[in-house]
Amino acid sequence: MANNNHQDSQQLTAKDFKSDQEVRWCPGCGDHAIMNAIQRTLPELGIPREKFAFISGIGCSSRFPYYMNTYGFHGIHGRASAIASGTKTANPELSVWQITGDGDSMAIGGNHLIHTVRRNIDLNIVIFNNEIYGLTKGQYSPTSKLGAVTKTSPYGTIENPFQPGELVIGAQGKFFARSVDINMKLNQEIFLEAEKHQGTAVVEILQNCVIYNDKAHAVIADKKHKDDRQLVLRHGEPMIFGRERDKGIVLEGLKLKVVEIGKDGYTEDDILVHDAKTKDPGLHLMLANMQYPDYPVAVGIIRSVESDTYENKMDNQIKAIREQSEYTCVDDLLHSGNTWEVK
Amino acid sequence: MSKKADVIEREEVVVRFAGDSGDGMQLTGTLFSDTSAFIGNDLSTFPDYPSEIRAPQGTIGGVSGFQVHFGHKQVNTPGDYADVLVAMNPAALKANVKMVKSGGTIIVDQDSFTDKNLRKAGYETDDPIKEDKLEGYNIIKAPVTTLTKETLKDMGLDPKSILRSKNMFALGMVYWLFERPLKYTEQFFEQKFKKKPKVIEANKKVLEAGYHYAETVELLTPTYKISPAKIEKGTYRNIDGNRATAWGFIAAAEKAGLQLFCGSYPITPASEILQELSLRRDFGVKTFQAEDEIAGICTALGASFAGSMAVTTTSGPGLALKSEALGLAVMAELPLVVVDVQRGGPSTGLPTKPEQSDLMQALYGRNGESPVVVLAASTPSNCFHYSYIAAKIAVEHMVPVVLLTDGFLANGSEPWKIPKMAEYPDIKPPIVPPGEEDWMPYARDPEKLSRTWAPAGTPGYEHRIGGLEKDELKGSVSHNPHNHEKMTYLREEKVNRVVSEVPDQTIEGDQEGDVLLVGWGGTYGHLRTALDELHKEGYQAGLSHFNYIRPLPANTSEVLGKFKRILVCELNRGQFVDYLKMHYPDFNYLQYNKVQGQPFTTIEIKEHVKKLLEA
Repeated sequence: MANNNHQDSQQLTAKDFKSDQEVRWCPGCGDHAIMNAIQRTLPELGIPREKFAFISGIGCSSRFPYYMNTYGFHGIHGRASAIASGTKTANPELSVWQITGDGDSMAIGGNHLIHTVRRNIDLNIVIFNNEIYGLTKGQYSPTSKLGAVTKTSPYGTIENPFQPGELVIGAQGKFFARSVDINMKLNQEIFLEAEKHQGTAVVEILQNCVIYNDKAHAVIADKKHKDDRQLVLRHGEPMIFGRERDKGIVLEGLKLKVVEIGKDGYTEDDILVHDAKTKDPGLHLMLANMQYPDYPVAVGIIRSVESDTYENKMDNQIKAIREQSEYTCVDDLLHSGNTWEVK
Repeated sequence: MSKKADVIEREEVVVRFAGDSGDGMQLTGTLFSDTSAFIGNDLSTFPDYPSEIRAPQGTIGGVSGFQVHFGHKQVNTPGDYADVLVAMNPAALKANVKMVKSGGTIIVDQDSFTDKNLRKAGYETDDPIKEDKLEGYNIIKAPVTTLTKETLKDMGLDPKSILRSKNMFALGMVYWLFERPLKYTEQFFEQKFKKKPKVIEANKKVLEAGYHYAETVELLTPTYKISPAKIEKGTYRNIDGNRATAWGFIAAAEKAGLQLFCGSYPITPASEILQELSLRRDFGVKTFQAEDEIAGICTALGASFAGSMAVTTTSGPGLALKSEALGLAVMAELPLVVVDVQRGGPSTGLPTKPEQSDLMQALYGRNGESPVVVLAASTPSNCFHYSYIAAKIAVEHMVPVVLLTDGFLANGSEPWKIPKMAEYPDIKPPIVPPGEEDWMPYARDPEKLSRTWAPAGTPGYEHRIGGLEKDELKGSVSHNPHNHEKMTYLREEKVNRVVSEVPDQTIEGDQEGDVLLVGWGGTYGHLRTALDELHKEGYQAGLSHFNYIRPLPANTSEVLGKFKRILVCELNRGQFVDYLKMHYPDFNYLQYNKVQGQPFTTIEIKEHVKKLLEA
């Protein structure tokens, strides 16, 4: 969360965050909905417009900063985490958002992503996960499902995909959320919390590429299935899902299990209550890894644990060292240690 | 010191300390240099160490050396050949014997000349003196290890700690040889081991023991006296190139009123810049040790976007990794300084050895038409000046600047007359003042062609930048063919106009004539010394040494035109000479190149020029 003064920001609306650039994503692309959700969220935050910086790498999603009437930096492939880390560390007062895709953040930028998460720099990283390379026209990505047939895997992929949540939690991530592009209300809720969270907040949005990987998430995202195949997690609420809200998650031994409430002796009291704030990542990891058809896919804020940030620790260190310092200016430094006079 | 037989007054002397890389030779050499500086000698040093931290003990690969050249006249190089070599073991002797002047003095620790060590060093017989034909040399065999043990036997120290201090015995001997006081080194012990009085005492004892041993046995005759140098009045300190580079940036940030941000990744021989800046939290310096070279430059660029004075530091292989992001800086037109402390290449090459083979990489090693400003420091201490100037140009012209140094400058040290910051030029960042109407991110200063800077967070100037081609005023994405051509021209012309900051190129020595020596970067000391010696021997020549590579000084052509022949000397296969030929094709260029991971020697340059002049 950025420490900002709230004046002048009250009257901002979603429209104030739209730039004059023509939005060039394909009609029907999931990116439009994600941008709408972000543009609707920003005025809620009470942060002046100039304090926002949107930073991206390369890919369809990475065009995002051009469409935002904020500070924006469209970087190079994979490096958005690093650029954003520099921006936030240099000026912790900014609210810095990294917009990235599954290729940009999981392949070429994987190293930067895990180290940013490990450092816990207060960035809001939104990963548009469509399980395909869209801008290069249809090659498989590190999140493409095993066996996916694409232009570079005409006989099916032979590599296991990354689960962004698993990677983030494995890198000591403190905040991870997931949602689906068209779920406007939940997305706004998540973006608001991601910004308020102090530390790296990673939000995976299952996004539809209408051209190269259409309906990749339909099996869980389609209206008629979504209630039965998505588990919406909210801190402090039981993990109940289903159109009839008759299904839930229990912990049996060391594994999660889907049960029907009222069947086999399970009552609502048996259902796990979501604790996003527990430090132990064990259950969060299990939730993040749930996959259809064995489980519903978890959406909402899976993990949100408070921890001091990198930039805050740096500023505190600078303050402490400065207080003890004998130097008042560079001239003092140049004369420090052993010197001698030549007369 | 009653029995001193001969005292020979010398203008200058070169001493080389050599031992296993764990023997503490770098420290020994540094302490000797510091003492020499305090008593008023001018000096120049050169550490020559292996890239392995602890190569197998006793082998040639593990030998670490430190050479110091000091005198009572101006000293520009660490010296070609040593008057005195201290060799702590047979491998150190074997590896360095060729670096000793014929008839010079060689001090060895005779205790280390065991069969085993002789074999490890590659000696075939038990008599290395004979084997290396050193009969004409002044060989001093001292039982350094035995006497160190003897000195410390009642201190209750463990054997390892005792052996570790034998370098101080050798240092004590050399102090006696050159009539140096012990007090500065003793003060160092007191500072360094504040909380370990026993270690202070042990080191002092061994240092004194070495000194007294040399005095008592009188084996080091004759001793040398080097009077203080006649150098400019002022306050001096010793400084090496990497520290000077770091301090130059801190000074520039202070002058500009900006926060200094360094995003970097450790790499030999550049790491000390990051280390020094990390120490400077007291100046508010933000250092970011990134996960790799790419993240190093990208964090710096991100910080520049937020309004910091941004730098990243590296060596050749790291510059290769940074090239895409450097192109982004060219496109985004944000200030950024990249320091390349050059080392032997290609690939991993010779990590600890100096070379000048990254020039073309710095100038052209990126995709697209991607011009940057390129500067090169030429002495350890002027790394301060050029990192300051690099930062000034980057910020005032909104342009990336590559500053080239090398392993020789980075680790070499020399006395430095401490400048007054009040006398350094102002740095004025082109930050947009509040309340500008119709401000456009890529509108340019009519003279410099630089755009203005609206750091993220500034109210009213929200804008987008990035790696896609920009509209020439608004900075929004443009695929217009003519706009691209115009922007390509503007980015190049912006770099060309930095020439307004570049002082005229000067000539040292003869101002016109037959042969002009031309150099750039870290070879200055050797070229200058060669020139002086040529003059002393009655030859005529000039020297023009370049610090500004791109853009070149405005009068370059005029300088080159004053001589019949131009001899461009470089530690590479001829990159600067090719660059000059490209810009000024009408001159008669000759080249002298060395690619051994070693600096030039004064002698080799001098001999080459003499041959040229006599032919």
